[in-house]
Amino acid sequence: MNAFANHFLFEFKTGLRNPGAMLMLYLLPFGFYAVMGLVMVQINPGYVELLIPSMVVFTTMSAAILGQPNGLVEARESGIYRSFKINGVPALSILATPAVSMTTHVLIASAIIALTATPFFDAIPPENWLAFLLVTLLAIFTFATLGMLIGVISSNSRSVVLWSQLIYLPSILLGGMMIPTEILPEAVQRFSGLIPSTYVMQAYFGFAYNQETIIDPLLSVLVLLASGILALFLSVYLFNWDSQNQTRRASPLFALLILVPYIIAILIS
Amino acid sequence: MKDSVVSIKDFTKSYGDFVAVNQINFEVTRGEIFGLLGPNGAGKTTTLECLEGLRQPDQGSMHIMDVDPQRDSASLRNVIGVQLQISSLPANMTVEESMKFFSAYHHVQPRFEILSRLGLDEKRKTQYFQLSTGQQRRLALALAINHNPPVIILDEPTAGLDVASRSELHDMMQELRDQGSTLILATHDMAEAEKMTDRVAILLRGEIAATGSPRELTAKGSGLTKVSVRTELSQLHDSGQNFPAVTQERFDDEYAIYFSTDPGPTVSAILDFISSNGDKLIDLRVERPSLEERFLEITANGGAE
Repeated sequence: MNAFANHFLFEFKTGLRNPGAMLMLYLLPFGFYAVMGLVMVQINPGYVELLIPSMVVFTTMSAAILGQPNGLVEARESGIYRSFKINGVPALSILATPAVSMTTHVLIASAIIALTATPFFDAIPPENWLAFLLVTLLAIFTFATLGMLIGVISSNSRSVVLWSQLIYLPSILLGGMMIPTEILPEAVQRFSGLIPSTYVMQAYFGFAYNQETIIDPLLSVLVLLASGILALFLSVYLFNWDSQNQTRRASPLFALLILVPYIIAILIS
Repeated sequence: MKDSVVSIKDFTKSYGDFVAVNQINFEVTRGEIFGLLGPNGAGKTTTLECLEGLRQPDQGSMHIMDVDPQRDSASLRNVIGVQLQISSLPANMTVEESMKFFSAYHHVQPRFEILSRLGLDEKRKTQYFQLSTGQQRRLALALAINHNPPVIILDEPTAGLDVASRSELHDMMQELRDQGSTLILATHDMAEAEKMTDRVAILLRGEIAATGSPRELTAKGSGLTKVSVRTELSQLHDSGQNFPAVTQERFDDEYAIYFSTDPGPTVSAILDFISSNGDKLIDLRVERPSLEERFLEITANGGAE
């Protein structure tokens, strides 16, 4: 078994062994899914359209934005990366294997949600399941690399909470998961163009549900892809092995370049 | 001419205005155990971390088996095995998983027999956070030597180990050296350094205050050799005899104790005295000044030998 596969297997098992990881990967998303399915659908019957995509995005964000960065920071703080470095573990493996492992867990949790939401809560299933899967994979890539970047630039757990919540809360409130972007005031719609989940929801509706969208779904896909690639590049570039040696290739402020694809999308849409 | 495995020339490293290591030079030859000694903050760990590629030197050059740690980290990983002073593993990683994990990155098979040697065989399924500090350090050592590197760097390897584990570790270090490995050992434990190392460098405030074998270093000091003698009739106690090179003497209930600047003539004269007076030798002990005493002397003098 090669090193990467071995590393992935370890990370995957850690997701099952670690209570904190289990919380973010399964318990929090399933708990929220149950509440939204039982309560939100009663309050707003139209929510049956949003339930599956919004809960998949929620699951992805919980794992990638809330769970993943803290693991990266804690590993750096405790000296784990020093051990990795002296044993030849490359930075890309350190960043990529938790993300790939997380992707596997998120796909499992998302599949459970997508397959149970219709029989349990009368949620409307996607018309095109392949498109749904592809957008889900793209969403995981975008959020996983964003979480990676947060973990790389955050100097401690408090910074992680700050950066994570800066993405997490606006995504839930304004990113099309609770309220369709179409019915938001125009100024808020513009602001929601800075939020990745807006583009994920638009891509779901455009490609998997074959519905009209206010943002071209192809543009949404391009923004998410560009964001993911940029975040991956920035994460590797700004990666720091050692909390005792803060030397970096560049200032963490370079991470703000991640906003570029979103700003361009706002300007052209 | 001995084969140089590690070469450090004019190495300097600063943290802001603080010069941690200033223009040091030393070489380590193949198959020797080289000790890096010094008080806290002397620059031992900084030197080792630059050798390991964890930090960048400000000036000077470093090579391990012709590999520049700053330029060729991929090659470096195969020529060195490192037990860091400060490191960790993922909390949920088991001992067995850690061996497999790092072996895969070194492209070797895990050598689980090392775990048995280090008393970790029963802990193979135990997660890292459940190990004691001593067990964590032994695991770090197992990982450092698992890929059979020619150069092994050990930073305070016996800190937190019990007596049996320490003894086992010392045996392993000797075996590794006998098999041709070169070991660099940073330690506070002078007895360990004296017992284990072939040569040492004493670092003081970022500069090398002394180098040499422990025997050479202790011989250079002003310390006196202690000669303790016990005889059947205790005739030495009342003799009033002046033995050569003795500067101080003391008498306990059983032993006559002499402090000598040159123990050879002293011992010889004492033995002559015993035999010529019809007494019988029961016990004779000659204790040279220890490396610890010499180390304290050097550090007290601010590095002046």
